[in-house]
Amino acid sequence: MSMLHLVNKSPYENNNLSTASSIMQGGDELLLIEDGVYGAVKAGKASAMLEGCTVSVMGPDLAARGISEDKLADGVNVIDYNGFVELVEKNDKVQSWL
Amino acid sequence: MAEETKKFMYINRKAPYGTIYAWEALEVVLIGAAFEQDVSVAFMDDGVYQLAKGQDTSGIGMKNFSPTYAALGDFEITKIYVEKESLEERGLTLDDLQHLVWEDEDEDWAEKDSIRLVSRAELGEVLAGQDVLFNF
Repeated sequence: MSMLHLVNKSPYENNNLSTASSIMQGGDELLLIEDGVYGAVKAGKASAMLEGCTVSVMGPDLAARGISEDKLADGVNVIDYNGFVELVEKNDKVQSWL
Repeated sequence: MAEETKKFMYINRKAPYGTIYAWEALEVVLIGAAFEQDVSVAFMDDGVYQLAKGQDTSGIGMKNFSPTYAALGDFEITKIYVEKESLEERGLTLDDLQHLVWEDEDEDWAEKDSIRLVSRAELGEVLAGQDVLFNF
C-alpha cells in the first residue's frame, strides 16, 4: 500500500516537511506544492530532509516563486497538474500534511 | 503646526503566494508612503522570498505583484533591509533577489541601492530605533 504525502508549507515556517519525510514508508512518494516547493532547493538547509525520499515538485509553483529547476536538489522530479493527477491515481492513499 | 514625522517599519516574514500577507503588506507600505512618513521595510524569515527575481505566476492563476517592489524607490522608500541569516538558511544570496534602486535628487538623481544586507543583530538595532512597527 503506497501513500502520496503532500506538503504545501515552507519547511522554514513549520515542521510539516520534517514530519512527512520522517514518517514515510518504503514505496511512498512526496509531492511538494505551493510554499512547500521551497524545501526542494538544494542550497537550502531543509533539502537535507529529502534524502532517501522519492520527491516531486509542482513546476508552476516553482516558476511563480522564481525558482529555476537547476536550483533543485538532485533527483527531484518536476511535474505539472496532469502529473499531480497521475501521482494521486498511482498511489493508494493521499496524506495532506496541512 | 508641522505634522510630526514618525519612523515606520514594515516587517515582512512570509513567502509571497502561499498567503495574502505579502501582497497586503505591499499595499499598506504604499499607503504609508503617501502620508510622508519615514518608511523602512524589512524582509526576514520567509519574507526574503518576496524579493526573489524571475517570478512567473502564469501557471498558478495569481497576480505577479513582484514588479511593484521595483517601484518603491519612486515612493521615496529607500531603506529596504534584508536579513543575512534568513538568506543563508534558505540557500539564497543577494544575486537571487531583485536589484532595487532609488534616485537621489540631492546628487543629480544618482541611482543608489535600496537593499541593505544586515545581520539579525544589526536588524535588531534598526528595529529598536523605530517609532511604529507593522508586522506581516
